[in-house]
Order: sequence, then structure tokens, then C-alpha cells
Amino acid sequence: MKIRVAVVQFKPRKGDVAHNLDRVAETLRQIVEENLPADVVVFPETILSGYFLEGGVRDAARTREQILQELSCRYQPFARAEPLDVVLGFYELWHGKYYNSALYLTLEQEPARCRILHTHRKFFLPTYGVFQEKRFVARGRTIEVFQTRFGAATVLICEDMWHSITGAIAALKGAEVFYVIAASPGRGFRGENVGNVMKWQTLLCNMAEEHGVWVVNASLVGFEGGKGFVGQSTIVNPFGQVVVSAPLMQEAIATATIDTEEIAIARANAPLLADLEAGLADLLIEMQEIAEEQHTRDRQ
Amino acid sequence: MSRLQVVTAPARTHDAEELLRINAPLVTEWLVEFLRDEMIRRRGFHRAVVGLSGGVDSSVTAFLCARALGPENVWGIRMPYRTSSPESLEHAQMVIDQLGIHSRTIDITPAVDGYLQYEPDADGRRRGNVMARMRMIVLFDLSAALNALPVGTGNKTERLFGYFTWHADDSPPINPLGDLFKTQVWQLARYLGVPEVIVSKPASADLIVGQTDEDDLGISYHLADQILYFLLRGYRVEQIEEMGYPREKILLVKNRLESTHWKRHLPTTAMLSTTSINDYYLRPVDY
Repeated sequence: MKIRVAVVQFKPRKGDVAHNLDRVAETLRQIVEENLPADVVVFPETILSGYFLEGGVRDAARTREQILQELSCRYQPFARAEPLDVVLGFYELWHGKYYNSALYLTLEQEPARCRILHTHRKFFLPTYGVFQEKRFVARGRTIEVFQTRFGAATVLICEDMWHSITGAIAALKGAEVFYVIAASPGRGFRGENVGNVMKWQTLLCNMAEEHGVWVVNASLVGFEGGKGFVGQSTIVNPFGQVVVSAPLMQEAIATATIDTEEIAIARANAPLLADLEAGLADLLIEMQEIAEEQHTRDRQ
Repeated sequence: MSRLQVVTAPARTHDAEELLRINAPLVTEWLVEFLRDEMIRRRGFHRAVVGLSGGVDSSVTAFLCARALGPENVWGIRMPYRTSSPESLEHAQMVIDQLGIHSRTIDITPAVDGYLQYEPDADGRRRGNVMARMRMIVLFDLSAALNALPVGTGNKTERLFGYFTWHADDSPPINPLGDLFKTQVWQLARYLGVPEVIVSKPASADLIVGQTDEDDLGISYHLADQILYFLLRGYRVEQIEEMGYPREKILLVKNRLESTHWKRHLPTTAMLSTTSINDYYLRPVDY
């Protein structure tokens, strides 16, 4: 199965959800009108508001149904005949709490057929250094895999990707494509590229290679209060090789056609996922023991 | 039986010079984008005013602004006091000429002396603070006249030392150099092509005749930046001493750092409610 994916990085206007939805729609219009190769278009974490909102999360948060409706309305004037899938990040209001979330949507010509396939709520909320997420949003509790018309996929948000166990869970559940959206402020200017860009490239390549999956990453750009988001959105094949990267800091669209048949080849060469599945029962007992020991220790 | 070769890890050393090295072209690209984003996109300003002292920080700031906004949108403001070094004026003019930016020269002597005539016994520190605050009055007023944004020039070392006048040097709304140590500003200056005479001269606040920063601070910037590098990462004095740095210098840096936290914050406000600004009511600066 071949999937044409496009990753988009643009600078959102701070806290202005309507404007940023317009820009998402404008990008989709460009993709449709220029007939860019795109079955799935991936936008970064918090693309509808910008990342650092602090208490402004309350103003910017929307329900997923609102996002679906707003985007499908904007899409109709230039809708194409074949469906168009969209992944995007936003601050979500869900069951009385705020989340840093991602939607996987399918847009169609007929508004009633536009639908949400999956919502991922960020599992690991960075709250250290420059990050304060736990103060303003609640934590998601699941790592899910869902079916798209191109096969099984998962969505991870930023720090979710920094923990190899999250990717391992998604791979064990059958995800073949990881959509990884991020907002990563640049730090470290000694090396040939910004420090966290190099770290991200390593993370993306390692995750793809370890599990033999495609990794499609969209990363925010633009300065927010002096903190500059790096961009350089990247697509990595199941061998852990970069297929395409968008530029550092600049607004851009990067496209690639990914072939899920390469997954079997990669996994035959390096059957790490199969090894993990084989050892899973033992690993679970090990993990259970760790959890029980920690629980007991904290009682003392 | 043959004995196995033993490979031992070398003693842990820290090449602080290397740790403080920056990729100057990459930093330049980053800061130019910072200026464009924060000034034009976020705030709608296309013009900058920079107070040019003739020193390396303000020179680098002017070079960055010229790259980001075009020299036709940058004003270099020279603000001498009667005791200021003539060399400072000349060096500022070199930057203006090299970049082709606009310039103004405002002699702050009448304004400063107009106030100080009522306080004839003011010591050097007070007089220096009056000059620094007067320069900010000029800079902000000219920014209003020119529909421009004042751009700050303070570096990370002086911010960490509290070696500036509160609500003066630190008051411009944006600052491209504030997370670069002084020795890193020097690296950036050489990459940008700031005249070598400016980069290599002893840094000076030029508030008192013959003053230099390193005399005032009691430590060289090279040494201070290295010690700050480790202190900010959480290393203890004893650990830094083990690396070979003199204990009295480590303590000097640590004391300056720890006695000036207040200078890096807004004024302390008495909290009375659960909507206290910046305690409960939290919105980022660009919201």
C-alpha cells in the first residue's frame, strides 16, 4: 500500500484559532489546487493556537467536534473528489478537562461524510525547564492504534516520542505508520544543527528502525516569546533512513510517497518487533514486579 | 597465559572553552529570524532603534538588526555624556558607517546634569544609574517618534551578574543577546564582521573614566563564563573547584549570581487574591 503524505509547518497566530483554521484550510487548498501528492496531510502540535499559552489554553481549547465542523466547512469550496486525511494538533476541551490533543480526520466533498477517525491525547506532558504542560492540561491515558484506509496507524505527540515504550506499545498493537506531531523550541547551538533538531532526528530514525515502521513527523515553526520552534519536519522509512525533511525554522510543505510493503522487508532484516512480541510475557512480569516494588517502597 | 590489556577511562575533564563554543552562522540565522518574528510578525514593527555605545554588545545587536530588517530600518543612537570616552563615539560611528544605518547623536549631559545639580554628592554608582536611565528615556522616546521598537543589547553574563541598571539597560521589550555569554557574543561579533578594534578592546560600561567591566567584576569574562556555565547546570562549588577553577573566583561568581535574582524579575507585588497577575492569572508575553 502506498500512501502519499505531506507534512506542513507554518507559524500559527498566537491564540487565534479561527485564523489558524483558515491557514490550515489555505494549505489544503494549495495541496488540492496544485495537485500535490497527498493522501494524508500532517500539521504540527498545537497548530491551531501556538504552543505556549499558559492560562490561555482555556480560551483556545475547542471540542473535537467543533474542529471537525470548522474545518469541513472551510474545506467544501475546494473539496476534491477523493477523500483527504488530516492530522493536526490542538488544545482540546473534553469531558470538562483540557488536553493537548491530536485529531486524525477524513475530509470529503460531502460534509456529512467528514469524520474523526481518532483522537490522541498527549500521554507524557513535559513539565520541566521551559515546559509547564501539567499545570495547564490533563494527561491522556492511552496509546491507541486505529484503522485508516491505508492500514493501521498511531498518533504520538512530542514527548510521547521521547519514551521508547510508547512507540513499542503502538508497534505491538499493529501500527505501521506513526504520525508524530511536535512543538520543539530550539536549544543548543554548538553543533552543526540546533541541538534538539539533531536529537529529534535520532529519535525518529531509532523508533522507525527499532520497530520497522514509517514515522511521519510534523514540527512547529515560529517564535513565541523568544522561544523559536525548529520545524525540520521529517519522514523516516522503516530502515531508519530519512526520506525527506522540511527546512529549519521556515514555513514549508514536505511530501513523500511511503510504501507500507517496505515494512515487511525491514522487519525481515531486523526482526526486533517479533523478538519483542516473543519476550512480551516475561517483560510484563518484570514490569509488574517493578510497579509493585515501587508501590511498596513508597508506602514505607 | 597472556594478560589482558586494560583500557582505563581518562580523567574527567571539562573543556569549557569548547562547551561555550557556538555555531555562529547558525546562531545568526536563528537571531535574525527571532528579530523578524518578534518585531514584525508579533508586534508589527518594521524599524529598530539601538543605543550604540561603541561596545561589542550594541554593535552585534545593530549588525543583527541590519540583517533582519535592512539597514534602512535601523537607527543607531549615540548618547554620550561629557565624561564618555571619545573612542566610544568613534567606534559607534564605525558601526554606523559600516552598516549604512541611520544615526542620531543625543548628548545626555544637560539632562543628566540638570538633575544631578540637586544631588551634587551623588557617588559614581548613582551617577551611572542616572545616565543609564536617561539613555532609556531617549531610546524609548525616539522609538515613539520613529515608530520603531527599542532593541536591547544586554548579554547573559551581565544579566547573571546583575551588572546593569535595573529598568534601564534591561528595559527594551526584545533582546537578541540575552542568552549568550559575553565570550559567545565575541564569537558572534567576529563572525558578523564587527570591527576588530571593538571586539578586542576591554569591555566597559563607560560610566566612569577608565572603567572596565573586568576590573569592576574582579574576574575576566573568560573565567566568569566558564564558572557560570557549570553553576547554572547545578554543579556544586567543590565540583567546580575539582575541575581546576580557583575557589575564590567560584565564590565571587556564585555570590554575584545569588544576590541579583531580583534584578531579573519584575517588581514584587503583594498577592491578595486567586487572580494575582503572573501568579494565578498567567498569559505569555505574546498572547
